[in-house]
Amino acid sequence: MNKKIYLDHAATTPTKPEVVEVMLPYFTEKFGNPSSIYEFSGQNKEAIEEARESVAKAIGANEREIFFTSGGTESDNWAILGIAESYKAKGNHIITTAIEHHAVLHTCEYLEKNGYEVTYLEVDKDGLVNPNDLKEAIKDSTILITIMLANNEVGTIQPIEELGAIAKAAGVLFHTDAVQGVGHIPIDVNAMHIDLLSISGHKLYGPKGIGALYVRKGIKLRSFIHGGGQEKKRRGGTENVPAIVGFGKAIELAIRSMEAESKRQAELRDYLIEQVLERIPHCRLNGHREYRLPNNANFSFEFIEGESLLIMLDMKDICASSGSACTSGSLDPSHVLLGIGLPHEIAHGSLRISLGEQNTKEEMDYLIESLIVIVARLREMSPLYEDYLKKQVKIER
Amino acid sequence: MYTKKVMDHFQNPRNMGEIEDPSGVGTVGNAKCGDIMRIYLDIKDDVIQDVKFKTFGCGAAVATSSMATELVKGKTVIEAMEVTNKAVMEALDGLPRAKVHCSLLAEEALQAALWDYAKKNGIVIEGLEEPKPFEDHEEEEEEEEEEF
Repeated sequence: MNKKIYLDHAATTPTKPEVVEVMLPYFTEKFGNPSSIYEFSGQNKEAIEEARESVAKAIGANEREIFFTSGGTESDNWAILGIAESYKAKGNHIITTAIEHHAVLHTCEYLEKNGYEVTYLEVDKDGLVNPNDLKEAIKDSTILITIMLANNEVGTIQPIEELGAIAKAAGVLFHTDAVQGVGHIPIDVNAMHIDLLSISGHKLYGPKGIGALYVRKGIKLRSFIHGGGQEKKRRGGTENVPAIVGFGKAIELAIRSMEAESKRQAELRDYLIEQVLERIPHCRLNGHREYRLPNNANFSFEFIEGESLLIMLDMKDICASSGSACTSGSLDPSHVLLGIGLPHEIAHGSLRISLGEQNTKEEMDYLIESLIVIVARLREMSPLYEDYLKKQVKIER
Repeated sequence: MYTKKVMDHFQNPRNMGEIEDPSGVGTVGNAKCGDIMRIYLDIKDDVIQDVKFKTFGCGAAVATSSMATELVKGKTVIEAMEVTNKAVMEALDGLPRAKVHCSLLAEEALQAALWDYAKKNGIVIEGLEEPKPFEDHEEEEEEEEEEF
């Protein structure tokens, strides 16, 4: 193998050449401001509306319910802060989970400092929210439930339809961060009772810096970015036309190939999981075995640390990620891995593999063989492994 | 992010391994924080004849322990006391700010091994302080092994 093996698609994806191609004219000859009156700018307005339709179609929404944002983080911020403010007369309680993306968690923590009350639901060892816990957490003052569709680290897919139904029955708005899900698994905002949903362009082979928030018709949502009358006066600022057009194209392509591609990737994933668990001792799979993103595998290798593992993989031209403290810039490993109950030392030794359209079985074989060698090498260097072996010898005696 | 020297010591660690019946051994760090270092010393006539290390941790942790062992090999016990975290860091051409604690751990591991040596031989090494006891979370680990 002499090329880079990219296995970090949950972090970002390459922009597809077809997507770049449709974007390019909007930097040069079609540069006009969509709000301008002359004809050549008016065409840009149409291009935006076409993209909006593609986004709406991807999640079973109406195009009037789609608002373009700068990405998943802005969508999450807008949904949560917007609802908190718009519905504060009704109550000040928000329910979320302990394993959300920081775009949700830190926004909720910000609200807590500003007079709101937040319940963080625990998840089980596979990362699933218990619907009964949600039911019990709802109070008269609850104005929003925000639960991610699929987890970015461990890949667990929540029973969103069931959770959405609970929210609906209680008359509470339901937001989901679907950044990892859209284009990978089927989503229907009506069937799943979703009121607000966040999407990101660059997780589905579109450009970075663009995303959308779906807002169900009839929901009061304050403007978050104040400015001009763009996005029906709900999100000011001249539209990022090239990115919107690229996002529209990317989501259309993703939906078109979703069924076949998610099946193909799930097969690669299952092969990888099976081989790694069978051939590397003291290793576990994190996240739910069945309710899991088709492109996600997350392992913990006992006695070793994630950053060392990533550097060694990088030396073999494999790009992946980890939930170890060293990769998060703090002393604590990922809140998601701690949230599913892993002890710190096991969470430090985690590895996330997220597959994409270009990955092949040959690459999985190369990854598996590399992992076997690297994990053995790091264990040879590990005082924890040394202690473990000595303990085993004692037990045998 | 890392200097060439750090990468070299990570990829080709010097003196990695164990010493049987060492003159002194020291383990420091905490699995919770993701770094554990162990240094073994073989000391004869007050001179460090051999030194080995084992490390659970990030790239910087491996590189600093490797460098620390290289710096003390062949030195007297007193000279080894001069191998501080600063000396290790300089020898590696620096570390990212977030990784400075790794070099501190290397110094602590070395001093813990020297402390063990001094204690076994009833000698006092000037300036050497008793290391913090190492917690290895053994009991917790036993329960958790079920999962694997």
